[in-house]
Amino acid sequence: MSPVPITAEPVKTFKIDGQDVSARETESILQAARAHNIDIPTLCHLEGLSSTGACRLCMVEIKGSNKLLPACVTRVQEGIEVVTNSERLVKYRRMIMELIFSERNHVCAVCVVNGHCELQSTAQKLGMDHVRYPYLNPQLDVDASHERFAIDHNRCILCTRCVRVCDEIETAHTWDVMGRGIGSKVITDFNQPWGESETCTRCGKCVNVCPTGALFEKGKSVAEMAKQRQFLPYLVSRREAMIE
Amino acid sequence: MQKQIVIEPVTRIEGHAKITIQLADDGSVADANISVTQFRGFEKFVIGRPFYEMPSLTARTCGICPVSHLIAASKACDQILSVRIPETANKLRRILNLGQWIQSHALNFFHLSSPDLLLGMDEEPARRNIFRVMEVEPEKARDGIRLRAFGQTVIETLAGKRIHPAWVVPGGVSEPLSAAGRDKLLAMIPEAKAIALRTLRWFKQSLSQYQEYVRTFANFPSLFLGLVDPNGKLEHYHGRIRVMDAAGKIVADQLDPLDYQSYIGEAIEPWTFLKFPYYKPAGYPEGIYRVGPLARLNIATQTGMPLADEELAEFHDLERGAVLSSFYYHYARLIEILYAIEQIERLLSDPAILRKDVRATGGVNHDEGIGMSEAPRGMLLHHYKVDENGLVTWANLIIASGHNNLAMNRGVLQVARHYINGTKLSEGMLNRVEAVVRAFDPCLACSTHALGQMQMEIALLGPDGALLDRLTSV
Repeated sequence: MSPVPITAEPVKTFKIDGQDVSARETESILQAARAHNIDIPTLCHLEGLSSTGACRLCMVEIKGSNKLLPACVTRVQEGIEVVTNSERLVKYRRMIMELIFSERNHVCAVCVVNGHCELQSTAQKLGMDHVRYPYLNPQLDVDASHERFAIDHNRCILCTRCVRVCDEIETAHTWDVMGRGIGSKVITDFNQPWGESETCTRCGKCVNVCPTGALFEKGKSVAEMAKQRQFLPYLVSRREAMIE
Repeated sequence: MQKQIVIEPVTRIEGHAKITIQLADDGSVADANISVTQFRGFEKFVIGRPFYEMPSLTARTCGICPVSHLIAASKACDQILSVRIPETANKLRRILNLGQWIQSHALNFFHLSSPDLLLGMDEEPARRNIFRVMEVEPEKARDGIRLRAFGQTVIETLAGKRIHPAWVVPGGVSEPLSAAGRDKLLAMIPEAKAIALRTLRWFKQSLSQYQEYVRTFANFPSLFLGLVDPNGKLEHYHGRIRVMDAAGKIVADQLDPLDYQSYIGEAIEPWTFLKFPYYKPAGYPEGIYRVGPLARLNIATQTGMPLADEELAEFHDLERGAVLSSFYYHYARLIEILYAIEQIERLLSDPAILRKDVRATGGVNHDEGIGMSEAPRGMLLHHYKVDENGLVTWANLIIASGHNNLAMNRGVLQVARHYINGTKLSEGMLNRVEAVVRAFDPCLACSTHALGQMQMEIALLGPDGALLDRLTSV
């Protein structure tokens, strides 16, 4: 066996919140920030999966530009000055949370993941104490046709973690997104009941990466479902080692 | 000239209600009723939800009796799972239900009703409350608070929190009881028992001064329904239904709660959101029946607990047939508190109560479930149907205060006829009308599965519907 070649990837140096930092040029602003213990809130992002920039919570400012950029999909550049926590960003992040909560039916008190929910804890962290927008109260269904799991579309925030983990890690690609905009919905296979899916391997990865109670194990009562995600970085590192 | 009196909102009860009193031309009371003024629709919006959520969803009907709903709902879900519930889980659920009885009964007796009993029905409304009781009878107020705290501590120790715990689950309970928790509760028993006994002693001694209320507070013949064990003893968690008539005769016994639709009908009246359950064999409205503490103690031959049995024997001696006055609901509540404390002590003293196997699991093995238990106010029934995936397709809840609806209405009429005459309203008069409602301890939020603050209002309307007088809660 030949030794793993060490590639000298170019390094960029720049600033985040006034702090001098450096990162490899293929890294995102989010990765660089987290490597330097600078917190940027996220919901759709999950270490080990590709980034999509769906939730927009990780938006940051770059001095000299009026545009807000999602840190998870924006690569670092030499000399930029990133701001992660301006008044404007704090305001927008809270607004995003309120919009997510108003869009579907999130009722923490009777939810399987109450107390273990990323949506709930992120809302708390961002200081969302009420929702200023009218709730849309859409009528959405629960698909409990699968033997072990169920999906409650009322609690789905369309982060697409389930779609990505199923495609990228399990490589079954059972999940996908149907429709556009606010009418979007995650589906199994060709929008069949989950229990009739021919591609689902029943591995449960989608359930465990789901940040809310949208995907859950059947038989769990209120607040009983804590998601287990330790497997993901482990699977990713094993896979990378095999490829190399 | 005909007039109508409306009491709205009725105070010191749980939920929103309005009393309407219709006066005849000569100023006497022609008719009276209590209507519940809000609507919630739990039976509708649970449709499509996984049955596993039902205990927590339906518990949200009420912040006072979430435990009762958890238990009835979980029992209905147990049937959908069709599994055998571990015995320890059944016993833990029993303790929880008894804790609920204690805290709820103590709340009604001390916090809501004792101001009427201790301060008098004619006390100024602004002072006729638990705070005034604290000033004039501090020991009794303290006893009430301590007793309620015991009930709440039972709930918190077992279920993790006092209000809206999620510990009772389909198949059992989610966590076993710790030895430390058991010891803590056992250590609280002597004080609770002493309070229950001295409150009973005081109440019995003061009964002579309440004779007028005994005579006039919903004192009429009716049927009594409740759960009993196979030997006819007081039962609160499992058990089957016994029906007793006013003469004390058992007209039906060991009826299976699963067949409730064959003997309980639900009538609807246009002026209230609360339905009128009735005993089908007797028809509507002749099938009027009462549930709750008074009914349970009427129908039970014994309680199975030594101290409570002594009290029950004395209680049965009050009248030759069944005890008919709803004023005795208060008395019955105190005996039940004593029973609950003794029963909790017995259940906790069994070493098996600490066993770790407290939950059975299963899928959807049956498409229907009916759970019945005795909530503090009487029989509570949850009935669900689910599809093959366990999503609820239909639900029916019959709540204790609903069973008592016909009786409460008749009680309001009786007490109004006794105390109200002519068009002159006095606050004390109307408080007696409210007090008869309080004797039933209705939880109107639960019974309509309704929402709102807890108050009540009385209004006086002329025959043309014009408002002549109105009294509202403070």
